[in-house]
Amino acid sequence: MPPVNPHRHQILSAYKYLLYLGRDYPHSKGYPWFREKCYNAFARNRAETDVGKIEEGLKRAEYVIKEIEALYYLKKYRTIKKAYESV
Amino acid sequence: MTALRILVPVKRVIDYAVKPRVNATQTAVETSGVKMSMNPFDELSIEESVRLREKHKSRVADILCLSAGPPKAQDVLRTAMAMGADRSILVELGEKDELEPLAVAKLLKEVVQKEDRNLVVLGKQSIDDDASQTGQMLAGLLGWGQATCASKVELVGEKGVRVTREVDGGEEVLEGELPMVITTDLRLNEPRYASLPNIMKAKKKPLEKKKLADFGVDGTNRLKTIKVTEPPPRQGGGKVDSVDGLIAKLKELGAI
Repeated sequence: MPPVNPHRHQILSAYKYLLYLGRDYPHSKGYPWFREKCYNAFARNRAETDVGKIEEGLKRAEYVIKEIEALYYLKKYRTIKKAYESV
Repeated sequence: MTALRILVPVKRVIDYAVKPRVNATQTAVETSGVKMSMNPFDELSIEESVRLREKHKSRVADILCLSAGPPKAQDVLRTAMAMGADRSILVELGEKDELEPLAVAKLLKEVVQKEDRNLVVLGKQSIDDDASQTGQMLAGLLGWGQATCASKVELVGEKGVRVTREVDGGEEVLEGELPMVITTDLRLNEPRYASLPNIMKAKKKPLEKKKLADFGVDGTNRLKTIKVTEPPPRQGGGKVDSVDGLIAKLKELGAI
């Protein structure tokens, strides 16, 4: 049995949240595209055992989450601005 | 110091990213099978209430959200609570029922009195009907001061509120005393994203279900929609290859 990853919970919740965010991702191929990208990004580091690198990866996930949230905010802001303040 | 008891009304509307379509019978905009979400201007008012609490920890007693709509409007209230509201009331309407601004204002007036509110923060308009009337009507019915289209909200002194509004060529600053009605403009703040863990936590926050009759409000509409049609498609422009061509074209159209 492999040793239990102490970051397991954090990693899973980051993954789940990314998938949740991805449902609205503006891409022509839609959610399946996002899910595959996201899955591959996590799967690539599946074998990682170095604690430092895992924490780095978590920070990266955190960063991507923040970026996507900001992207959604801007997209909404710009659409509304265009619709209501185009004068 | 007067404690703030805030009411934030929210509306469930067609998502901002969806292009609305007129239904087959030309009586309304198609809403079935269309993605719905919270009116973006209402997100701003929740965010502002939550920010007021973060800035003045002891002053905000509670933030109450209210929505009047079909049972599914619950989702919008959950989102509101995930963003930081404490509790909510859902006034259940039928799937096809739509309240007019005056009826909403009357309903809000009753809620304000029943729940003892002293600050109402509304979106300046909803992105579906674009009436932009509810806040003003509510202030009129209550006899309270109103500050519409706020781009900045500050608390001053014991019970003062200072609101900045963007007007043509500058800013206008209004000062008033609680109780007050504020409506939000686009640049007031940047609403936070209702994160997954917060949505889960919001499921435990109290959500009360009510009927219009509980507040003694008559929801009959005074206006009748005769017909809804899409705007005519835009006619494409033509290209001219020289100044002479342009002049000839303008003459042809009788413009010069």
